Amino acid sequence: MMRLPPFLYVSPRTVAEAAKAVAEAGPGGMLVAGGTDLYPNMKRRQFEPTTLVGLAAVRELRGVRGSAREGVTLGATTILSAVATHPDLLRHYPALATAAGLVSSPQLRNMGTLGGNVCVDTRCNYYNQPYPWRKAVGFCMKKDGDICLVAPGSRRCWAVSSSDTAPVLWSLGARVRLVSASGERTIPIDALFRDDGIEYLAKRPDEILTEIVLPPAEGWASTYLKLRRRGSFDFPELGVAVALRLEDATVAQARIVLGAVASQPRPATKAARALVGQRLTPDVIAHVADLAAGPARPLDNTDFTHPYRKKMTRVFVARALGRLAGLERAGRDEEELA
Amino acid sequence: MNKHEFSVIGQPLPKIDAWAKVTGETRYADDLVLPRMAHARLLRSPHAHARIAAIDTSRAAALPGVYAVITGADLPPVKFGILPVSQDEEALCREKVRMVGDAVAAVAALDEETAERACELVEVTYEPLPALMSIEESLAHPEVRIHEYGDGPNVHKSVALQFGDVEAAFAAADLVREDVFFYEGNTHLPLEQHAAVAHWGPDDKLTLWSSTQTPHYVHRLLAKILAVPAAHVRVIAAPVGGGFGGKLDPFAHEIAACQLSRLCGRPVKIALTREEVFYVHRGRHPVLMWLKTGFTRAGDITGSHLRTWLDGGAYGSYGVASTFYTGAINPVTYKMPVYKFEGARIFTNKPPCGPKRGHGTPQPRFALECQIDRAAEQLGLDPADLRRRIVAEPYTKTANHLTVTTIGLGECLDRVVEASGWREKWRGWNAPPRGRGPVRRGVGIACSSYMTGAGSAVYWNNMPHSGVVLRADRGGGVAILCGATDIGQGSDSILAYLPAEVLGIDPKDVRVHPADTDLTPVDLGSYSSRVTLMCGVAAIQAATRLREVLFQAVAAKLEVDPSRLVARDRKVGVPDDWDRALTFAQAVELGEAMHGVLAFAGSYAPPKRAGKYKGGGVGPSPCYSYSACVVELSVDEDTGMVELHDVWLAHDVGRALNPLLVEGQVEGSVYMGIGEALMEEQVFRKHVHKTPSMLEYKSPTTLETPAIHTILVETDDPEGPFGAKEAGQGPLLPVMPAIANAIYDAVGVRIDEVPITSEKVLRALDLKRQGKPARVGPEKLPLFTFKTPLVVESAFGQPADAITRRPFA
Repeated sequence: MMRLPPFLYVSPRTVAEAAKAVAEAGPGGMLVAGGTDLYPNMKRRQFEPTTLVGLAAVRELRGVRGSAREGVTLGATTILSAVATHPDLLRHYPALATAAGLVSSPQLRNMGTLGGNVCVDTRCNYYNQPYPWRKAVGFCMKKDGDICLVAPGSRRCWAVSSSDTAPVLWSLGARVRLVSASGERTIPIDALFRDDGIEYLAKRPDEILTEIVLPPAEGWASTYLKLRRRGSFDFPELGVAVALRLEDATVAQARIVLGAVASQPRPATKAARALVGQRLTPDVIAHVADLAAGPARPLDNTDFTHPYRKKMTRVFVARALGRLAGLERAGRDEEELA
Repeated sequence: MNKHEFSVIGQPLPKIDAWAKVTGETRYADDLVLPRMAHARLLRSPHAHARIAAIDTSRAAALPGVYAVITGADLPPVKFGILPVSQDEEALCREKVRMVGDAVAAVAALDEETAERACELVEVTYEPLPALMSIEESLAHPEVRIHEYGDGPNVHKSVALQFGDVEAAFAAADLVREDVFFYEGNTHLPLEQHAAVAHWGPDDKLTLWSSTQTPHYVHRLLAKILAVPAAHVRVIAAPVGGGFGGKLDPFAHEIAACQLSRLCGRPVKIALTREEVFYVHRGRHPVLMWLKTGFTRAGDITGSHLRTWLDGGAYGSYGVASTFYTGAINPVTYKMPVYKFEGARIFTNKPPCGPKRGHGTPQPRFALECQIDRAAEQLGLDPADLRRRIVAEPYTKTANHLTVTTIGLGECLDRVVEASGWREKWRGWNAPPRGRGPVRRGVGIACSSYMTGAGSAVYWNNMPHSGVVLRADRGGGVAILCGATDIGQGSDSILAYLPAEVLGIDPKDVRVHPADTDLTPVDLGSYSSRVTLMCGVAAIQAATRLREVLFQAVAAKLEVDPSRLVARDRKVGVPDDWDRALTFAQAVELGEAMHGVLAFAGSYAPPKRAGKYKGGGVGPSPCYSYSACVVELSVDEDTGMVELHDVWLAHDVGRALNPLLVEGQVEGSVYMGIGEALMEEQVFRKHVHKTPSMLEYKSPTTLETPAIHTILVETDDPEGPFGAKEAGQGPLLPVMPAIANAIYDAVGVRIDEVPITSEKVLRALDLKRQGKPARVGPEKLPLFTFKTPLVVESAFGQPADAITRRPFA
């Protein structure tokens, strides 16, 4: 890996200034918050922006406000370690705190931001490689080439959504606020993503993700489990986010969203629907876990073999539900660290 | 000398360079900056196997900021290699590239980015050849030749040795087991990426600073490769940020930096990227193994027959030695009266394998220890008791003519069995599972042995393997000059402790000057666990010579007999008249007045004990260390994931010169062993290393490292300095099989290959649920005919050759 290439760094103080700067920068412009993903990618020449608009000095983008009763709003540049340790989030939105705390390593969580993790570039082990490697293997369509090396017949890119927090926010029903020089809009987070490894965000390049808005948490329980080889550093090879609203031990509402099995977080809608009106008995959990594994179609472009990741979807969904049911914890205590 | 008489030895002292390392003071090769220094990059091949039709450097040379561009044509047409029998490398390939990552051109420029851009402008026309990416492919395609030399098409080396009648031994056995194992390749992963600075001065002399474990061999080979007198070449080993065997060869980047400096008249720095370090490699050979061993009902081994196939990669490197080492060390651990070994190293179009920690021995160790576990099950024996029964006899010879001295393995076994609670935790074969839910607990045990320094140099000679010069200064300090290279193991510290012990001064009073071929006597390098023993004995010899002279001078001053004097607490005097003792500085002044300059040499060469057969030079060592290991872990039956809880490792180190450093070596070994056992794999896809980065090449973090309980066993070996044996490599060896055996104890599946990934465990569990043999491992062996073995009589049980009879003593 080489050093960073030259670029212009702009440091606005307000969202309005930032929106103006990114609009002025044009196609060569990119936003950067913590930079934990972008800078290494630039060193590998996966991104070659001429201008970076840094959000670090925009104070209005940072912080957590609101309450579990009214809903919570998180500034996009709130660092992941703050999300992971926030008392209200830990108590009322535990899946989000857990997911934020499982991103990479402590050092990176102290730099990396929630918004950055939501927008993190999709990954593929044919793509996240230094330039000489990609040259030796042959360039792929995500950068410098025109074919997909994972699925050579494919017309699309199959790079994998590798955010820990995105599937959780989806399961929690979060909305995101997007601001640009020409206006702003707030959309459900599921509308932020697209099932394409290259164009994986529906956000325009000139739009800044400023806020993540969580609905009221009352009555909801949530959890997140992550599959990876090591207890630190690694991106998710599978993420399972489950959010349930229980009424007298019966599931009233349910969302199950899988991470790292496609180019965007993948809701297991059929499985979630099968939960509604049910009590979380071992039989129900086993049935729902089988259904949830259906939408997981991992390919051979991350760590672990893809049949294994598919198999683990069922196991992890069952364990997540078992945990929310208060059944005896299956597996080891640190299983979310896998 | 008894332990209680020591003042420095046995103390848990910090390393002498600890402060510099912790505060960032240490200047590694990449920290060096010289005036007018240029920066270099290598252009590497994107093809695994190709003929080079043409190279055009004109556009690169024309780029502003470029000082020099070279290709193979700008170097003397010399092939080289670390071993005299494998001269098959070129710094910059001339006619052919044999792997992705082979260097074909080098650029020196005003900065790294310019050099990199210029590399992109070098136009190389390749004619691709079929790439052979596995042992099977290389043997199946004799018409494609990676090299023109060797013991057959794409066969680098084939060896066959037989000690005693192995068929008769199997006929006499109650149980004969045949098993097949595979050990995947993995890499050293030092934190410091290789770097070098070359300065070809206006006096036409060359100085190279490099992160190397073998400055002496680099010195010799640079002279040959660059066709310059060795007298005009100086190699200085910069402090090395982790070696593990990965910095033992002369490398393209070092040679290119020298030649670029010669051409552009500036110092030239070159620093490899992490990706390049994966291509440079020289790491663990992938080895396929077939092992057949006969056991009696009581568990005694009647004989053993091992076949190994090594995937060597694109070049020879240390591979001939690696091949022999896959066969040499197994007989050192247990009573193994009859032994046959056949091994072959095959060339493939991948980065060359070489000597990673344990060099060639972790693979057959894995096979033997996993097989013994199965034999114990079939014989209904406790695997700890079986091993305890068959521990080799001290001061005897092995079947393959190796002389062993002290053996602390029995005590190592007793201590790990005791400390781990083995008697309670291991509840017999096929005992009901321990654990709750899908999580099952298990324990496993394994042993090992390793050499303390190779008995032969890589080139034949009769000179010392290690030497020191010790100089006392009038201030009471001592300077020690030694060619040894501290790669983090603490050899600089050992070079301070030993003279301090002999001279009765503080280690802080000793200044260590390592690894500079202009100034320091030769030490062959930091490999084969040789440094503490060899430079240690040399350092004791030099310090003892100095002490004799000081005692003469002090004895004259105090008018006593020199034999009554002792040196301690920075003083020299008569113990029962200590008030009159002189300070060490005074003693030095008196000594210098009497004898002139106080500079003394110490030399060491190992005892000449090579077996009298071809191949007998690989394996002999002054003495062998022993280790026993118990692992306790859990396996999740739903995910196949393995979690380690505790590792108990007892190591016979002869004597712990500094127990803190020995414990560090043991802990580092366990940590590395966990990675090899569970995660690490040097694997390829589309002819390229699949994961050449610290993120994607999975190696454990501290979170995967369990509690490590280190037990040091001291046997006071007569060959070692104050009785010390090695600690740097041996403790790695039992970890991988102990993990595999513990997984079997936990969930009843045998994974006969490393890494033991969760996928493999789950696959084996699925097989078990289906009632099929619960094993994952290699299913077939290559079609390969070994040559007729050289048949030698077994030397098993013969008394050891004379102890401590060594040259220069």
